[in-house]
Amino acid sequence: MTTETVSPPSTRQRFRAALLKAWEPYRSVPLLGWLVAILVAVGLERLVGLPLAYLLGMSKVPALLGVVVVLSDPIRIPSVLIYILLIYVVPIGLVARFTAPLFNRIAAYLMRYPLLVTALVHLLLLYADLHLWASISDYRILVARLTMIAIIVTLSLNLVNGYMGEFSCSHPGFMALGAYTASVFTLVLFVNDNRFGEAIFPPSWGPYFFPVGLVLGGVVSAIGALLVAIPSFRTRGDYLAIISLAFMFVVKSLFENMEVVGGARGVANQPDYATLPIVFVWTVLSVWIMNNFVRSTMGKALNAVRDDELAATAMTVDTRKTKMVAFLFAAFWAGVAGGLFAHVLHYINPDTFGIRKLAEVLAMVYFGGLNSVTGSIVGAVSLNLISEALRPLEIYKWIIIPIMLILIMIYRPTGLVAFTEFEIEKLFLPKGETSKGAGHGTA
Amino acid sequence: MALLEVRNMTHWFGGLRAVHNYNLTIEKGQIRGLIGPNGAGKTTIFNLITGVYHPTEGTILLEGEDITHLEPNEIASRGLGRTFQNMRLWRYLTVLEHVKMARYSKLTYGLVGAFFGTAKREAEEKANTELAMELLDLVGAAQFADQLVTSLPYGIQRRVELARALATEPKVLFLDEPTAGMNPEELIQMMEIIRKVHDQIGMAIFLIEHRMKFVMELCETIQTLNFGEVIAEGTPEEIRNNPVVIEAYLGKEVEV
Repeated sequence: MTTETVSPPSTRQRFRAALLKAWEPYRSVPLLGWLVAILVAVGLERLVGLPLAYLLGMSKVPALLGVVVVLSDPIRIPSVLIYILLIYVVPIGLVARFTAPLFNRIAAYLMRYPLLVTALVHLLLLYADLHLWASISDYRILVARLTMIAIIVTLSLNLVNGYMGEFSCSHPGFMALGAYTASVFTLVLFVNDNRFGEAIFPPSWGPYFFPVGLVLGGVVSAIGALLVAIPSFRTRGDYLAIISLAFMFVVKSLFENMEVVGGARGVANQPDYATLPIVFVWTVLSVWIMNNFVRSTMGKALNAVRDDELAATAMTVDTRKTKMVAFLFAAFWAGVAGGLFAHVLHYINPDTFGIRKLAEVLAMVYFGGLNSVTGSIVGAVSLNLISEALRPLEIYKWIIIPIMLILIMIYRPTGLVAFTEFEIEKLFLPKGETSKGAGHGTA
Repeated sequence: MALLEVRNMTHWFGGLRAVHNYNLTIEKGQIRGLIGPNGAGKTTIFNLITGVYHPTEGTILLEGEDITHLEPNEIASRGLGRTFQNMRLWRYLTVLEHVKMARYSKLTYGLVGAFFGTAKREAEEKANTELAMELLDLVGAAQFADQLVTSLPYGIQRRVELARALATEPKVLFLDEPTAGMNPEELIQMMEIIRKVHDQIGMAIFLIEHRMKFVMELCETIQTLNFGEVIAEGTPEEIRNNPVVIEAYLGKEVEV
């Protein structure tokens, strides 16, 4: 600060100061305000998005902020920018800014009710945003569902690799167990299929029993996890990494050699049970439960065991039980995610759950941030969207993404938002009076 | 019946006899000390009694029950708390979380509570937070409750470790060099804290210490260890003047 007054501010400093000043009024926007602003923007896109896209010379609404369009056809950069500005940036900016006092009052009002009510209001708004945004194209619906599934997988792997500080590679294997179990469950019971024969129950019951299939898939992968955990948690070190990697390959070749489930050709025909709302509900549920776990003393015991196992045992922590529970719990959610995944793609084969999947999930965990629920969400969403958006670059995508990862590892070795707590209560709070006053002062 | 009793404990590390025929009796509320030159086996004895190692021979009884072959966490939850020579705090937990962690074996909300955040869990976590704050207050570290331990001064870290050990509700508290690396001022503060804790909670204390002033003032009786064997046992006064002890520390006078 003092140096700034002595020497004239550099362009960079001035730019930063301008950015901060422009951002100032938005500090007082509560989460509720942002959600409503986004709702306005996606609603606008639904109403005038297509005509505007035509007007700007595009054949359809740019799916993921126009990155795909830009990369395949750079001459469209101006029209994409105008589109984003008109549909997203300006409406969100205006609505968020000018409704802030109103939504702060509403947020404060909601605080008087139990947390559950506030959470439900926010979740409904979030889902409305997502639904309006995604329903413009099938592609967006697919990306949204796969991204949410990635959140579940990333968070569950973060329990092991981040919170527990061990290195596990078996998540694709757990996903495969869950995916196959849930697929076979629905195909045998509710679908008339060439391979599994006539449906045992009326197919219309299927969607109602889908949760049972998913939980069953989760339980099967938890049992698989037990096979990994028993030998590898006797000691610390690299054993888990090696055994879990082996487990992943064992599961893959197991399914390749099981003709009952199609061998290497895989299983197809899963009905469309994993719709956007269903995946959304499961994602919210998994994040809520895992967040509950890591914030309890029982969950924090994972950190204690990671940072100093001897001290943890001396403080009455049952290290073996702690590790086992977390590992099985993580595998359970990976299995559930696998089941959802199979019903989103309507087709799985053993190759889906190989080393490529592992690299993807590990990248999301380390990109987003270790030991952090927020980090897992950030990592899963950003890497998924980036990798979808860079699709036109084909093989170069696999050069750019690793380079990003390397840069992250150099500049933020534990990931973008590591070691931060995800405090639901604080998320919903109205923003403070002091910052609001300052915002009005500068404006 | 003694609170803690160790009978004829011997331990071999491969071909090295680290502890030989060690005996100890601690009664309720006693403060006893264990001294000896470096490498005499003091910490090994701590580790043997608290279950980190299992002794080759001998039995350890806590309130008459055999705890020789239990795991460290079981021994700790039965009422044998300890601190470490090099503290062993957890890098990414706050001070409050440290103390609450030591309540692990007393938690009853189980996995259902951990996963779904039940009312029972809320109540238990709240009660544990209150208890932890009381203990932090007792050792004078309450104002640091929300900080990570790594950012705290050394003396405060020591107090946090003590509060953490107290949260296990020890019947016997093992202190492994509680003043290691402290300056004289911190040492006196630590001595007062230990005395205060002992007066208020009244558990027995067994401590390893190098600072003679500290041992002499606090302990009722002292054992002196050399090469894994107790060479002298008695009141501070007796130990101070015991020629065997002086020899162990300073060496034998040689006649020229």
